[in-house]
Amino acid sequence: MKDREQIINIIKANQPAFSPLPATQFPAEAPEHLVSQFADTLTGVGGLVFIVDSLADIHQHIKNNTSADDRVISRIGSIAEYSEDVDDFLLPHSLQNVEFAVLKAHFGVAENGAVWLTEELMGNRVLPFICQHLVIALSIKDIVANMHEAYERIGDSSYGFGTFIAGPSKTADIEQSLVMGAHGPRTMTVFLTKG
Amino acid sequence: MITETKDHAALADDFNKDEDRVNWHDETLWWIRQKRDKAVNRLPDWELLRDTASAIKDNVLSNLSAYLQEFEMKAQNNGIIVHWAADAEAHNKIVLDLLNAKGIKQMVKSKSMLTEECHLNEYLEDNNIEVIDSDLGERIVQLAKEPPSHIVLPCIHKKKEEIGELFHLHLGTAKGNADPQYLTETARQHLRDIFMTRRAALTGVNFAIAETGEFVVCTNEGNADMGAHLADIHIASMGIEKIIPERKHLGVFLRLLTRSATGQPITTYSSHYSKPRDSKEIHIIIVDNGRSKQLGRADFRNSLKCIRCGACMNTCPVYRRSGGHSYHNAISGPIGAILAPNLDMEKFADLPFASTLCGSCSNVCPVKIDIHQQLYKWRQVIVQNGHAPAAKKAAMKLMSITLSSPFLYHTGGKAGRLILRFAPFAVNNRFNPWFKQRDMPAPPDQSFGEWYAKNR
Repeated sequence: MKDREQIINIIKANQPAFSPLPATQFPAEAPEHLVSQFADTLTGVGGLVFIVDSLADIHQHIKNNTSADDRVISRIGSIAEYSEDVDDFLLPHSLQNVEFAVLKAHFGVAENGAVWLTEELMGNRVLPFICQHLVIALSIKDIVANMHEAYERIGDSSYGFGTFIAGPSKTADIEQSLVMGAHGPRTMTVFLTKG
Repeated sequence: MITETKDHAALADDFNKDEDRVNWHDETLWWIRQKRDKAVNRLPDWELLRDTASAIKDNVLSNLSAYLQEFEMKAQNNGIIVHWAADAEAHNKIVLDLLNAKGIKQMVKSKSMLTEECHLNEYLEDNNIEVIDSDLGERIVQLAKEPPSHIVLPCIHKKKEEIGELFHLHLGTAKGNADPQYLTETARQHLRDIFMTRRAALTGVNFAIAETGEFVVCTNEGNADMGAHLADIHIASMGIEKIIPERKHLGVFLRLLTRSATGQPITTYSSHYSKPRDSKEIHIIIVDNGRSKQLGRADFRNSLKCIRCGACMNTCPVYRRSGGHSYHNAISGPIGAILAPNLDMEKFADLPFASTLCGSCSNVCPVKIDIHQQLYKWRQVIVQNGHAPAAKKAAMKLMSITLSSPFLYHTGGKAGRLILRFAPFAVNNRFNPWFKQRDMPAPPDQSFGEWYAKNR
């Protein structure tokens, strides 16, 4: 820990006079456009958005897009036939053949199309990354305007791991050509449920 | 690999031999700059966000010792193991020791400019540890045995045909196939095998939050998460300046980062690591490597506010036309040119001169670093310390003699105009650096002084 003392001492000697933290108040945004803004933005970054009456529509979507052999894991109670115990004690590598993962998100952010998930919603941290297709269920009421409101909502809650996800995994590293499905899901579909 | 003996001008010359490539590089980066503008113009709060981010970073720099200790304590309470490294060597040794202690010989790594700065890959390879970079762009330059040429877009200098050839050689793709979709899919399959089999993953850190002890890693590909969540041990390397005080400040920085970088509203993944998984380990290495010294340089400490978005590179007329490798430093472009001389003033004496001082970098910087002013100030420090190149010293001396004598100034101007008119071959040749990649302008008939004498 010689390095620790050395670093802290040099920083103490070199840091400038105290400069106070600024206010972080940003103007509130008009709430009536939140849903369309969220949907447009997420679509713009390669996501798919459906507004549905009930979670049964998610069921239909999975049926239409999978065959009987495909492994589907749902963490949403009402789609019980796809439920599997996935907790953090599970070897994450065993999830590598998951075709669809269906997860609930805490809330969405209109300005960037991201959804916020913490690990208790994922079951296992790797699940939303290792699956081929990610399906998210989000209540239409749970959309905030921007990242300031997002962190207000997160507040001082405690989590082991949490992430904002905005669209499918992607890369444009080869001549700036956008390709979906870099390492993580090839698609991300958000079902916005009414009521 | 780049020969370290060449300076920016010589390396830019190499890059400029292929005019089509330079034009393509220039246009590609400008296109990204335009995407940034579109994203930025959609946010009415943009300037307020920049001001706020800049002020938060001012606060961070003024209270950094306390924030680092608060972060350490909170991270430890969360079950994260914290290490401190005074320099690159200490950082690399910590990584090696962690791997050796577990008998691990192979590691997967997501993007971390700090490990580029520390030359971690070379060090680990010398110690028989295999490292595979998992960001697609980084994997491509790794296969090409080159350093990244851009902090956000590591292989922006490469044409897809070259990448196709690399993949053909190393990953067995069909010869001549340069389709980005096909190449990316191949990389996906190849790297998935790597993620599934590596017990150690190293990631960078975008933001470390003093208040909570968590850290945030942003990627579009999801490679940091694939590596970290499948490994037994996750090592996260961060520079001391990555600290931000409170979780809510992420709201400011995450709004700025990707809009500035690529024009996206946010990265696909913004992952918040707070606690390790059960029976697994997260280690954080807090690295100084000259940063605390830079903190003591009043004129240059603002460079530590950088959040590594790359906007200054995309907009820079010199970077766009000289390429990232011409900066012969892990971080290239305008921000690299003000960070590098702190590490080694002599080795990087050329970099602050690789600028037109147009100020575009400062205008796009999301945390309002006065980049072009620092470039100007570094020039003075470098010359005062005797590190200016000999040709520049001689030219400056000649300039100073000419400008202090009205006779020499007028005679010189007249001679220059006559030469351009009657003996253009005397300047339009390879001995004149201004002629390279340029045509000399048509000479004016008279100087302003002569025109004024006639027309007043």
